[in-house]
Amino acid sequence: MLTFTIRRLVLAVPTLLFISLVIFLLLELAPGDPMAQVPLTVPPDVKEKMREALGLGQPGYIRFWKWLVQFFWIEPQVLIDAIFGSSFSEGDLRVISWQTRSPVMDIVVQRIPQTLWVVGTAYIVGILIALPIGIYSAYKQYSWFDQAGTFVSMIGFSVPPFFSGVLVIVIFSVNLGWFPSIYDTTHKVVDWDSFVYQLQQMIMPVTVLALQITAQISRFMRASMLDNLNQDYVRTARAKGLGETTVVMVHVLRNSMIPVVTVIALGVPAIFGGAIITEQVFKVNGIGQLLIGAIQANDLPMVQTLTFIFAVLIVLFNLIADVLYGLLDPRIRYD
Amino acid sequence: MTDKDRLVPDEGLAPASTALPGGAGPLEEFTKPPSSQWREVWDQFKNHKGALYGGILFLVIVLWVYLGPFLWTIDATHIDIRARNQGPSLTHPFGTDQLGRDTFARMMAGGKTSVSVGITAMLLALGLGSFVGVMAGYFRRLDGLLMRLTDLFLALPLLPLLLVMMLLFRDPLNAAFGPERGIFILIVAAIGVTSWMPTARIVRGDVLAIKEREFILAARSIGTTNAKMILRHILPNVLSPIMVSATLGIATAIITESALSFLGLGFPPDFPTWGRLLFDATDYLQQYPERVLWPGLAISLTVLSVNYLGDGLRDALDPRIRGR
Amino acid sequence: MKMKALLLGAIASAALAPAAMAERGSDGNVNVIYWQAPSILNPFLSGGTKDVEASSLVIEPLARYNEQGDLVPWLVVEVPTVENGGVSADLTSITWKITPGLTWSDGSPLTSADVKFTADYCMDPEGGCAQVTKFEGVTSIETPDDLTVKVTFEKPTPFPYGPFVGGESPIIQKAQFENCMGTKAPECTEQNFNPIGTGAYVVDEFRPNDVITLKANPNYRDPAKPAFATMTLKGGGDATAAGRAVMETGEFDYAWNLQLAPDVIARMEQGGKGVAVAGFGPLMERIMLNNTNPDPALGPDERSVIRPHPFLSDPAVYKAMSMAIDRPLLVEIGYGKAGKVTCNWVPAPAIYAADIEGCEVQDIEGAKAMLEAAGYTDSNGDGVRETPDGKPMKILYQTSTNAVRQDFQALIKQWWSEIGIESELRNVNSSVFFGGDPGSPDTFQKFYADVEMYANTFNGTDPQSYFGNGLCDKAPRPASQWQGENISRFCDEDYDALHFKLTQTADAAARAEIGRQLNKMVFEKGGMIPLVHRGRLSAHSNSLGGVVLNVWDTELWNAADWYRKDGA
Repeated sequence: MLTFTIRRLVLAVPTLLFISLVIFLLLELAPGDPMAQVPLTVPPDVKEKMREALGLGQPGYIRFWKWLVQFFWIEPQVLIDAIFGSSFSEGDLRVISWQTRSPVMDIVVQRIPQTLWVVGTAYIVGILIALPIGIYSAYKQYSWFDQAGTFVSMIGFSVPPFFSGVLVIVIFSVNLGWFPSIYDTTHKVVDWDSFVYQLQQMIMPVTVLALQITAQISRFMRASMLDNLNQDYVRTARAKGLGETTVVMVHVLRNSMIPVVTVIALGVPAIFGGAIITEQVFKVNGIGQLLIGAIQANDLPMVQTLTFIFAVLIVLFNLIADVLYGLLDPRIRYD
Repeated sequence: MTDKDRLVPDEGLAPASTALPGGAGPLEEFTKPPSSQWREVWDQFKNHKGALYGGILFLVIVLWVYLGPFLWTIDATHIDIRARNQGPSLTHPFGTDQLGRDTFARMMAGGKTSVSVGITAMLLALGLGSFVGVMAGYFRRLDGLLMRLTDLFLALPLLPLLLVMMLLFRDPLNAAFGPERGIFILIVAAIGVTSWMPTARIVRGDVLAIKEREFILAARSIGTTNAKMILRHILPNVLSPIMVSATLGIATAIITESALSFLGLGFPPDFPTWGRLLFDATDYLQQYPERVLWPGLAISLTVLSVNYLGDGLRDALDPRIRGR
Repeated sequence: MKMKALLLGAIASAALAPAAMAERGSDGNVNVIYWQAPSILNPFLSGGTKDVEASSLVIEPLARYNEQGDLVPWLVVEVPTVENGGVSADLTSITWKITPGLTWSDGSPLTSADVKFTADYCMDPEGGCAQVTKFEGVTSIETPDDLTVKVTFEKPTPFPYGPFVGGESPIIQKAQFENCMGTKAPECTEQNFNPIGTGAYVVDEFRPNDVITLKANPNYRDPAKPAFATMTLKGGGDATAAGRAVMETGEFDYAWNLQLAPDVIARMEQGGKGVAVAGFGPLMERIMLNNTNPDPALGPDERSVIRPHPFLSDPAVYKAMSMAIDRPLLVEIGYGKAGKVTCNWVPAPAIYAADIEGCEVQDIEGAKAMLEAAGYTDSNGDGVRETPDGKPMKILYQTSTNAVRQDFQALIKQWWSEIGIESELRNVNSSVFFGGDPGSPDTFQKFYADVEMYANTFNGTDPQSYFGNGLCDKAPRPASQWQGENISRFCDEDYDALHFKLTQTADAAARAEIGRQLNKMVFEKGGMIPLVHRGRLSAHSNSLGGVVLNVWDTELWNAADWYRKDGA
């Protein structure tokens, strides 16, 4: 397993380089213009000058090379400088956003807290609710609990957040006035009161997101459990007199986790990716909002950097999922 | 009671007399040709209440959106500006929108698009996902390559990808199939191509585990070919995650389509879909709550019915559950 | 310096004392929401409205437009004119006199060197300055003394109020930006995010595309202002949510530019926490008529370049299309109190608006008769008319993606189908549509469609260069990389001649008369079908006082005067 992990990690480098090239070419090919949001009152030749100032006049391969150098050589130096107070990166040009003319990574770092607070919490809450629901629904298939669970999770999954988000805002912010409708990203938790406020402003986006996550994971959990509950080994386990809890929670659960682990692992990069629509509806302004804003403004360095960070996370978590498969089911061998 | 139950020997526990064919009646049944596997699947399926109701509901929805417009002849794009923002009435059972278009007709027209997009895109994603997943899981040599491909697709940002697809293929498709069919193909392809990856990952994970089981070894030892092995032994055993992906896939496709319309990458504006109707109505949530109700209900019912249908199919196709 | 400030303060407070004004910072915090989040606080590096407006809280120009569109002195003693000698008699130079005693928020004095530096900064050819047109024709900037700035133009300039006037052309501090000239401009993140200004507020923290926290400028020229100690400018989300936060939940005090359906606004106002206010600039929603042939069968370099259009250039056709439109209904459905019926390309300032008849009434029958008389008949009975040479009257009608525009498209499509013209609708993502990417077939400049709908406006109050967008040589074409402002490819010798006359005329009344003629000409000769004169709709909470909506400058132009109403 260790050699497998190492081999995969080594292999990940060319994979990621290739992915970054594909992303770059895709963005190059896509129509759009970083000057599209500049009002029509600014004449075209001025816009052309502005494009040149952004470095758009250079050929594509030079820009790609520049980005590679900036991302893989200069940004790590900046990180080292930030940690150890050294000055390796002084005078080097970092990856600069076209919208804000500031280093992309600074903005990403600024956005991570609210994304982790909201999307991360929702993910954990969603998983914690989904697993028991999935297990129990499968164990008592077609009971009222299973039926209700199916119904709620399917409704939850089929209602898009652009609607459910607005619905909870209208009910809980406008009519009842319980929670703020706009997330305050500058809010700092220092004492009990500010913590309560943080909870209040998180509760609606977290609920909306958790509903989707719960729906999805509980469905996979239930289906996978159902597959395993009828296997021969379950009968064997029961026959040799193991307690029902041990049978279900140890034997069946462990064997049912493979598709669930896949779904959860695929979801973790998505946490960092933020939740584009939910962040927009509640004005959480995390990574998701950053990405969609950058795409709309054709801020290519920003889009390139963000999607590449996601790619790294995706490759990493898929590797983790593969390792977990082996731990869950020792029969799986990769060598 | 199905005939199958009588055929199953009771593992020697029952008295021999009952196990042996005795009178004329049982003999007649016994001599009947053994029913086919599909017959059994159908028997199981129709005994599954959820599946039956889900199937009927789904059929009703499909008939409504495809045949409804022949009975309800108001054009979905006809504007009667004097009759705008009306509540439900006899002439307009679902009311009218802000331009006086009949919501009932728009729901049917929108459903036609949404259901078609949902099913086609789901099938495409499912087919691609299952194929890649099974190939990667079963053939070790393909695993690395296919999974890196999956990583690549997972990493691609959807919106620029769509913009590029629009740029490259919209005009040729429009010329070949006409504007409506062209954009339909484009959107189905876009959603399908960008949503097969989770299915592929999940199926691969399951296949990796299943191919180490004893029955696969047994099958291999009697010389089963790879193709047969996949079709007969692997696929039926990874059916349940595929079914879940299918149900969730329809909902995802319908919702993704609405997000695309919202971003200006979807169907032309005079072309209603459920997702778009829901999105447009969200602004009017407080004034005209019924407007969000119809498309919301339609999407939810479709997804629910497909879900129960999938549950029933899964149970019916699983020989271990079948007959209990 | 401090003494001087104190003295000034004493004078000012003495003058204002009877009004019992609140003192600086006594009203706590004010919350402003912009649904497009500001990305940068340097308007020279971003022409985006959101950035210009946000930065106007901090940095200010020498003179501004007020809510009536009149020039008012801001950092100067008076607005220079020919009468007061500030503008030279030959119209080639303008001399500004800075108000003595003004300081930057860091306490250093504002001098003419800062003003000159601002011009140098923007006019640097490497910098990619978004506002460089403001400095067009400027040959030199002289600073005879610390408080005097003389701008010289290369030729007589009847309207010399380009540089240093309005929110797009504020003064930045030389000391701060000295090392940010030219190619270094984008690297100065700290400066671009935290500019030192003369305005009422100072940036505390700038989070790009998210939120800006500001505090009252301790060195602001009026010691009683601003009434608020801090300001939070939140960005992001959508217009609906912004309106809701001000008018329904009352969490925010001011929401910018609410492009929402009138009944949605009306419903929000029922929330009782705030009101919507509208103001009108020259923004106008129009349908551009393609004067060239957009047939896809032509090559990419001839499509929308070769004249004429198969039938759209016929007055009978475009007039009939205009007559079929019910403009009052469009206003009612799409914009409510933020819209007015107009047939003028330049509907404001009002002196330039011509009186065009038949604009407010829909006349489907008249339109049909006009087409019939011109030989456009439905000869094969399919409901679509054919041109005299047998081509069906089918058009492609494109616009950017936007809920109101899609409603307009549906309505107008129906009206045109009633008079026998069939239209296919297309909406294009606005970042592609308004982006100038010459590689994309969907930009509004390429105009690969028969008609297209969008809105446009101009800055300030002088429409001369805006009228220039109708000149023959401004038509986009492959040779110009599809750049050019004459989107409809309108081309008329009389128009070009009359526009030349405008550039030679200095007298205000005569300019207005020419403007009216140009307006009429574009409408009569088939440049466009004007639809709606659009206003700016913003909302403020009931407890926020002092809001004066200004469409000629930034909306936050008088944020220094805002205060919290008592008892609200």
